[in-house]
Amino acid sequence: MPMFDNPFDPKRRLTSGCPCGQHKSVAEHDQAARLQAQEVAASEDKRYENVVAGTVLRAMFPQDAARRAFLKTVGASTALAAISQFFPLSTATEVFAQAKPIEKKDLKVGFIPITCATPIIMAKPMGFYEKHGLNVDVIKTAGWAVVRDKTINKEYDAAHMLSPMPIAITLGAGSNPIPYTMPAVENINGQAITLAVKHKDKRDPKSWKGFKFAVPFDYSMHNYLLRYYLAEHGLDPDTDVQIRAVPPPEMVANLRADNIDGFLAPDPVNQRAVYDGVGFIHILSKEIWDRHPCCAFAASQEFVKGSPNTYAALLKAIIDATAFATKPENRKQIAESIAPANYLNQPVTVVEQVLTGKFADGLGNVKNVPDRIDFDPFPYESFAVWILTQMKRWGQIKGEVKYADVAKSVFLATDTTKLMKEVGLTPPSSTSKSFVVMGKTFDPSKPEEYIKSFKIKRV
Amino acid sequence: MTLSARAGIVSILILVLFLGAWHLATSGSSSVQQMDPEYAKLMGITATQGKSAMPGPLQVGATLWKHLTNPFYDNGPNDKGLGIQLAYSIGRVAIGYLLAVLVAIPLGFLIGMSQLMSRALDPFIQVLKPISPLAWMPLALYTIKDSNYSAIFVIFICSVWPMLINTAFGVATVRKEWLNVARTLEVGPLKRAFTVILPAAAPTILTGMRISIGIAWLVIVAAEMLVGGTGIGYFVWNEWNNLSITNVINAILVIGIVGMVLDQLLARAAKLVTYPE
Repeated sequence: MPMFDNPFDPKRRLTSGCPCGQHKSVAEHDQAARLQAQEVAASEDKRYENVVAGTVLRAMFPQDAARRAFLKTVGASTALAAISQFFPLSTATEVFAQAKPIEKKDLKVGFIPITCATPIIMAKPMGFYEKHGLNVDVIKTAGWAVVRDKTINKEYDAAHMLSPMPIAITLGAGSNPIPYTMPAVENINGQAITLAVKHKDKRDPKSWKGFKFAVPFDYSMHNYLLRYYLAEHGLDPDTDVQIRAVPPPEMVANLRADNIDGFLAPDPVNQRAVYDGVGFIHILSKEIWDRHPCCAFAASQEFVKGSPNTYAALLKAIIDATAFATKPENRKQIAESIAPANYLNQPVTVVEQVLTGKFADGLGNVKNVPDRIDFDPFPYESFAVWILTQMKRWGQIKGEVKYADVAKSVFLATDTTKLMKEVGLTPPSSTSKSFVVMGKTFDPSKPEEYIKSFKIKRV
Repeated sequence: MTLSARAGIVSILILVLFLGAWHLATSGSSSVQQMDPEYAKLMGITATQGKSAMPGPLQVGATLWKHLTNPFYDNGPNDKGLGIQLAYSIGRVAIGYLLAVLVAIPLGFLIGMSQLMSRALDPFIQVLKPISPLAWMPLALYTIKDSNYSAIFVIFICSVWPMLINTAFGVATVRKEWLNVARTLEVGPLKRAFTVILPAAAPTILTGMRISIGIAWLVIVAAEMLVGGTGIGYFVWNEWNNLSITNVINAILVIGIVGMVLDQLLARAAKLVTYPE
């Protein structure tokens, strides 16, 4: 039984399809959870008190059935009053609410100047780190490999990474194996395929044979999504087109210089290409896989275990910022605070178009897609499994893969669940979920079958 | 009119011609399609007015003035004034370069004075010398585990070779007569090294140092673009990120001027130790 459920509720169903027992079905539960996730809880004290009282009650009646019998006879409020007479609930609540001392206050967090890093960046100018007792410097970094090396070297305590990177680092693909963790996803959606203006009549991917594409990194959602998209349209991403890793800042310059025909890139790069009149947005990445994860907040397992309180405070700040960024009405304000030279170093209107979803597409239309980018911190383990299937599909990892184990040890869904509750959000009930990529449902429990189902693959 | 005055006039003429051509080349605007005003509001001026993405000299001058009047502002770890960035770069170059001097000159002396060491170390020097300093970067980051020290290491490794080779050459080619004179006067080896060989080899050593400082300054910009954080190289990268060619041109100007000053400093020093025979 989850810790934050109300054990004083005698009507609580003990078994049902819905994990919390309050809804008729899992779908309904998820729907409610999503709605609640957008509301920050009113009073922290009340919440802690409920948790403490619940724990005490559970300690007295360890069996669910016995507790229910007791509650039914005396009623919840009488029970609470009765318990508080012989157990100092308020003191216990205070002890619980008091944050444990933070081991290290001054932290350095690395980021790449793209809108995916919005929660990590905005937490600085908007004071989310401060609120959780941290003094964080967010340091702009030149490329993913440098972020990786600087985090491994401990120059950064934590960093903004592409969500496949912690998995790759843990597995030792493209670097030495180091146990890495990814306790929070930064953003979902928020990428796009941009093509050079001269290709504006070639909207059918089948006509893209011989194109040169850029993606930010080999171990990136961008690479996997672009390959997936091309393969679904019958193009072999290794032989029919060329895909190279180009750091995001260099993409627009390369597109202008005609070195590449297009890219699947993080924003604001896509919007910047449109803004400068060199490219147009072919599709948004949400049209490939709606609500796909992209970038992530990552830290080494050493940091997570070595300074657990600092880590908790940092993650809470990020989750808090993410919740703030979810709300459309805050997006304009966020765009203004992260556009300056110290952070993204982009014209405000470019960042604003990305975050608000009202944007010019480069072909003369103004589009309105409010969920062009969204923010959801929850690191579903099934995301990791999907990433692993694609790594295997394209030959980045070989042999047998322990999908569930890797997913669990890298994507710290349980930690996130706990901390989301502490900052007053409702985490999803399950740490795994199924989703649809270009019309094809992914079942996280059958990764090998999924890989086998593709025609174009390198296995 | 003296030769230098005439040369000065020609220099100024070339500059004016260059600026004029630059201005003309960038001031024109190409044709643009008609746009819906709401759409146009979301686009940049390159797209809406067909303005060249390349800034003109006036624009560059204006930004340069802005940087020069406020060189030391500090808006947080990723946005500092040009003066602060330059100070970081010069600091890194100075440390890496001085370390290289400390290693290269004694080692060069050893190689120059001893045939055995010269032969023994030669293959290593020949292999290590042509390696691009930036190729060391990943290795440095991996082993030193600190990007700042890695940048300093890269400066060190690139500036060590010209000094080492020049010192060895200078020491080895001290005129035999002078050494023989020293020997007949029964000068001890240490005294010989400092009073005969060092002054004789100094001009060659300083030439090596001058080549080295030039290379070090070339490399720091690239190294800082790679590791980021601070420095003039990071400034270039950060402005490139924003596709701000104006600021990149500014940085190029400043890098050139600082490089020239460093080179001239060592040229002066070289003059001080050169004696006509």
